[in-house]
This record gives sequence, C-alpha cells and structure tokens, in this order.
Amino acid sequence: MSNAVSALNHASYQGFALVEEMGLQGMITLRGDFADATFQKAVKDVCGQDIPGQREVTVADGKGVAWMSPDELLVLVPYSDSASAAMDLAEALKGTHALAANVSDARVVIRVKGENAREVIAKIAPVDLSVASFQPGQIRRTRLAQVAAAFWMSGEDEFTIVAFRSVADYVFNLLKTSAIKGSEVGYL
Amino acid sequence: MLILECPYCGVAAEETELAAGGEAHLTRFGPGSSDDDFETYMFMRENPKGVNFERWRHANGCGKWFHAARCTMTLEVFGTYSAQTYEPPADLIKAIKKKRPDWPGYGAHK
Ligand SMILES: [Zn+2]
Repeated sequence: MSNAVSALNHASYQGFALVEEMGLQGMITLRGDFADATFQKAVKDVCGQDIPGQREVTVADGKGVAWMSPDELLVLVPYSDSASAAMDLAEALKGTHALAANVSDARVVIRVKGENAREVIAKIAPVDLSVASFQPGQIRRTRLAQVAAAFWMSGEDEFTIVAFRSVADYVFNLLKTSAIKGSEVGYL
Repeated sequence: MLILECPYCGVAAEETELAAGGEAHLTRFGPGSSDDDFETYMFMRENPKGVNFERWRHANGCGKWFHAARCTMTLEVFGTYSAQTYEPPADLIKAIKKKRPDWPGYGAHK
C-alpha cells in the first residue's frame, strides 16, 4: 500500500490569522435526487447526517456533508474510510440515477483560524463575509482570486477551505499573502 | 459590476463568479438540418438594444446554467430563472412589459 500524503504536508503560516493545511481528508462527490428516500438513507448511513438545506453544511466527529448544488453533495469521512465509503454509496444507490466519486486525493483542505479570519477570505473572494451574512453552518462555493474553491466556517473564528489539489500551492500562498501581519483591514 | 442571483443556489453572484453563455432560447438545428437553418442557429443573433434574454453559468459556484433577462442598454437586471424551460416565465415577461411599455415583447422579432 502506498503512503498517501496530502498536497502540502501540513504546511502552516502564522500571520494575523493562522493558515494551515489540514492533511488528508476523505471526500466523496455524491450526485443524485435529494428527494429520493434511497438517496437520503444512503447519505445518512455513510456520514450520519441528513441532507443539508441549500448552502448548508453539517460536520460532526470527522464526518459530515455539504450542499454543493441542488443535485450534488460533498460527503466528508475520515481519509482511511473514503474508498470503502464511496463503494458503499455506489452499492446503496445501484439502479438509481446517482454517482459517487472518491475525490479525496484530488483536493486540498486548508484552515484559516484567528480573530480576523473573515478578513483573510474577504480579501480574495467576491463574497459578503460580514457576520450578518455568513455564519457557521453555511458553505459557499466561489473563487479565491483566480481559482475555484469552497469554504465554510468550522468555528466562530475558523474557516475550512476546499480547493483542487493541483492549485494547493497557489491557494496556500494566496491565503498567506492575505494574512500577512499589518495587512488587517479592520472592517469585518 | 453585474450581479445575478443564481436560481439554483440562491447566491447573489457577481460577474467574476459567472460565465456568459450568449443568447438564450435558441432553437438548435443539428445534423440533418438544412444549411440555412444551421447557419441561423450557429451565427444569427438578435443582439437587441434593450431587453435581452441570456444564458449564464454559475461557473465559480454551483456550476449550474441558468437564464437571465436584462437590458443591454442600462444593464438593468429584470430577473433570473431556471434553465429547464424553453421560454421566459410569463410573470417575468409581464414584469418587463410593465417596466418597458415600448418593448415589443418576447419573440416579437422572430
Ligand atoms: Zn449557483
């Protein structure tokens, strides 16, 4: 068995917020009919959660699920379980119009943590990150500067960011630049 | 800055999250069609001054295609709607008519 490593091997940077690559995370792209009881049960069985509402994400104990579009979810499981979880989903959804793809090795997960974490993201995404508009439990698919990414608040002062592994370095350096000490905007 | 609300994820997405897809509600002519029909489908566009119906994709977002009605002159956005339709919704047409009484109406040129 090969030794799987994450894109940036836990690189971290302490600016006015902490930017940290999170290592390996199991991730399954799941598409199907949210209204279908078989689909709902398959999601519940694999991650213990109900299908989230529009732009919502629920994570508990390393497992969770995020709303990606009206027919797409991102299922989170521990990395070591991702291959079997994807197979379980495919098996459970056999015969229905659905797709489960293990994308764990195609993604990077980066966390931004600190009092001004909102600002680190706000500088590089066309998203309203005011407290009134964005809260834990919500997910946003958007872009970070020039690349596609998704993020959610995994705590009061903490963002979890998912991007393509091929642009891991770009995203990390981007967040790093955005978090450089002295570049706080002090608006959010 | 152009802002369109994506009907699929409900996000008020600004232009840099979107990809433009050209004129909406074209009738597709594929293999087996006449040269004239194919040419019209391929190249001929309405390009109106005023009310226009367009296709957009929430590319840096949920990834879905949707439709938008807006004014090519003032850039006013009248509304966005689902891709699963062959023509603009009746209530949207009504709302545009109210705002632009001189507008000849959807499909008037055809
Ligand atoms: Zn969308």
